Amino acid sequence: MEAVIGLEIHVQMTSLKTKLFCRCPADYRGAPPNTHVCPVCLGLPGALPVVNREAVKKAVMLALALNCRHIAEKVVFSRKHYFYPDLPKNYQITQFKGGGGAPIAEDGYLELLQGGGVRRVRIRRINVEEDPGRLVYTEGDITSSPEVLIDYNRSGIALLEIVTEPDLRSPKEARLFLEKLRAIVEYLDIADLSLEGSMRVDANISLPGGARVEVKNIGSVKEVEKALSYEVVRQRALLSRGAAIGRETRHWDPLRGVTRPLRVKEEEEDYRYFPDPDLPPIPLPRELIDSAVAMLPELPDARMRRFVEEHGLSRELAYALAMDKRLADFYEETLKRFWAPRLVAVMLAVDYLGFLEKNRLRMGEDRLNPDLLAKLARLVEEKVITPEQGKHLLFRVAREGVDPVEIVEREGLKALRSEEELRRIVERVVEANPKAVADAARNPKAVNFLVGRVMRETRGRAEPRLVRRLVVEELRRRGVEVGE
Amino acid sequence: MRIEEMPATIVAEMVRRGDLSAVDYVSRILERAERTEDRVNAYITLLKDLALKRAEEIDRAVGRGEDPGRLAGVAVAVKDNIAVRGVENTCGSRILKGYRPPFNATVVERLLMEGAVIVGKTNMDEFAMGSTTETSAYGPTRNPWNLERVPGGSSGGSGAALAAGSATLALGSDTGGSIRCPAAYTGTYGLKPTYGAVSRYGLVPYANSLEQIGPMARNTEDLALLYSVIVGHDPRDSTSLRDSGAHLARIENVDPAKLRIGVIRELVEEPVDKRVAREVWRLLHKLESMGAEVDEVSLPLVDYALPAYYIVAMAEASSNLARYDGTRYGFRAPGATWEEMVVETRTRGFGWEVKRRIMLGSFILLAGYVEQYYVKALRVRSAVRREILSLLSRHHVLVGATMPIPAPRLGERVKDPLLLYTMDIATVPANLAGIPAVSVPAGIVDGAPVGAQFMGPPMGEPLLLGVSKLCEEATGFRDRVV
Repeated sequence: MEAVIGLEIHVQMTSLKTKLFCRCPADYRGAPPNTHVCPVCLGLPGALPVVNREAVKKAVMLALALNCRHIAEKVVFSRKHYFYPDLPKNYQITQFKGGGGAPIAEDGYLELLQGGGVRRVRIRRINVEEDPGRLVYTEGDITSSPEVLIDYNRSGIALLEIVTEPDLRSPKEARLFLEKLRAIVEYLDIADLSLEGSMRVDANISLPGGARVEVKNIGSVKEVEKALSYEVVRQRALLSRGAAIGRETRHWDPLRGVTRPLRVKEEEEDYRYFPDPDLPPIPLPRELIDSAVAMLPELPDARMRRFVEEHGLSRELAYALAMDKRLADFYEETLKRFWAPRLVAVMLAVDYLGFLEKNRLRMGEDRLNPDLLAKLARLVEEKVITPEQGKHLLFRVAREGVDPVEIVEREGLKALRSEEELRRIVERVVEANPKAVADAARNPKAVNFLVGRVMRETRGRAEPRLVRRLVVEELRRRGVEVGE
Repeated sequence: MRIEEMPATIVAEMVRRGDLSAVDYVSRILERAERTEDRVNAYITLLKDLALKRAEEIDRAVGRGEDPGRLAGVAVAVKDNIAVRGVENTCGSRILKGYRPPFNATVVERLLMEGAVIVGKTNMDEFAMGSTTETSAYGPTRNPWNLERVPGGSSGGSGAALAAGSATLALGSDTGGSIRCPAAYTGTYGLKPTYGAVSRYGLVPYANSLEQIGPMARNTEDLALLYSVIVGHDPRDSTSLRDSGAHLARIENVDPAKLRIGVIRELVEEPVDKRVAREVWRLLHKLESMGAEVDEVSLPLVDYALPAYYIVAMAEASSNLARYDGTRYGFRAPGATWEEMVVETRTRGFGWEVKRRIMLGSFILLAGYVEQYYVKALRVRSAVRREILSLLSRHHVLVGATMPIPAPRLGERVKDPLLLYTMDIATVPANLAGIPAVSVPAGIVDGAPVGAQFMGPPMGEPLLLGVSKLCEEATGFRDRVV
């Protein structure tokens, strides 16, 4: 049973220096409440908005990257009215099609690589708008807190709103779409989406036979897949029982991992949109858009293709690198210093990411850099150390920022490649562990144990596969037949 | 000449030369205010201490040999919808009681840079919605010429302060006539600039696309002087014109023999009051005798301009006034929940006229009606502009009565919104078209002045100031303090 999913994504343009309509710093995270505010973003009477041109430029870049066929000739901002305490003017400056207004871009698409094929997800529109302030609940949440504080530091931060057509068919596809969108946003230097709350998603999902359910407040790409999977299961269960699914809005609770119904509005709210008379339309001349096209950087798909075609990477590896701009940049920086694409790609996409995840670190919070990684790759590539050693050394370098060449030198970590020498160690270990030798015929774990002992003796300098072969040969020599 | 009648040009000149102490002069203005305020109520906030302190600074600067600027020491009244840092900014509304802006409007910055002394914040119709200064939550302002009558509005406090001699210059704002109307009724000169010529930064918005801050004065030179200080591009206002500047405040030397004046028939005939029309004609005949060519022209769209104006103004107002909810500043009524507090605050904080316009404006913008009303009104607006510009291609200026009736008695108009709205028939076209217009004194009816309004082409302020000067010479009406 295929799901029909559409997404509405809000991306904060965290790369901008200032807010959308005033000169307050855009970097509000960690600042004491209500310190990054001014008459404009507090909506004080008489203060007037002035459009941050950089935000418009970034929006045009995104529109181009998302293949939008229609980019507005004039950027028009409209007012959307509703009363809410996080909205200082009780209207939000946004974009709207109607009454003389229009989104900055419409009618685009994004292609997903799915099982060898290409799926095209249509983009309905892109809007530029201001973020409201933030409500802080002193106890519990919106329903239980006895008092609510308002922090307007976020008020007026530039947002991009990206709305897709309902072209996604599964929670996984939704995640893949968002991963790619995130990569594009980062490639265009619009935002650092690893920042808390910088990407917020509302999703519409329906199953055949059920009405459209909106899930609000999803805070990350991973959560989107979880929330939608939850909805698929919930809706499927309802439908299989013959229950009806009506149109409703639900709230994603990431702590409990469930969606919960929000208070149902009795009627559709009328936002009374009209073009903001304080903001005259900004013309977007053709030449400006053409120059933006020329300025577009290489995008994730193209980069991935290059990694496959020119670096000989597997598609999976190329994808893993290309979808993470900082990782891909790191990769290419390393290659400039030492050319070993496949080795470096594995070291980064497998070993290094594994290291970060295990230690709950984000890129940049460790001490690895392209110089050190290039040295490390050279050690492995030139067989000074084994790949296994390389992996362990990478962890150490990332933790301590030490020079791998010096460590190998100082600690005598050069790989043990002489079979002669290894064989002597193997003999010694086998001699010393009669019980394991006795067990080896029946229990393959005993072989592993012996291999492990030899590896320890060599301080990891030996190739594990070679050690295993030598151990098996040694056992055979002693009349113990071991299944390979 | 009494000190309170002195033109600003002379006050500034004397203060700059050290021939007049700013403190002596400002004290005199403040004494004058003390004597007249009980009857006139031109001010919501009088800034006695602040003004005197500022005057002392000006005197000291002069003593040090510095030049305090072109408005050195001059007492300026500022309408209470223009932000002065730290000074209560009520807009004539209860809902903004206690709100003190933490910033200066751009025009206020410019006043202070030129040495002006702000003597107070003047009374106005609540949020500038009215033409009589009776909808103010701080009581009506009375016309110094005739205390039974209104001073016009919404910048009625500014006009009354000039006529009463409790200010030498005044700032007003004009959304649909709010400078020109009180100028007409208080015997003063008032200019509504070309849209975008003066920064709106710090002007509490009523209808953003229509309004401008503008100067009010008792003679043309003062009007031009104040205008020259406030005019000019402001990067903080996106609707501010790039090429506006002090050149717009020049008084053009108009040769009456070369002046072609178009008299808008609809603004001098029925339903315009005959006595008002007679005073306008009297002025025009004088200009004619000085050599000007005076022809009658027709502006048939006038009838549609008024409803179009009110639709646009109310729509924008309903949006602008949404922010007053008691959460952040100003008046707050108690409530058990945030929603209740907001409803109660707005119920008690806004007056009737404001509520009426919020309701109508909200209705106009509803999804089902916005095309039918708002978008259609914008089309009428464009048509009005085209029609006026077409007339202005054949005539240098267009003229008519500023107000169709003499200054009403208190309470006479304000109770009936339609009667109130029709008072603006002659003034709203200039706001719809975004063109400059000036009101000059034409004569006296019922013991209070009436005015003639000249409209000019975009950026035509120098011409209008020149025509204003001609009128001043023709009528001899200037520097009148009652």
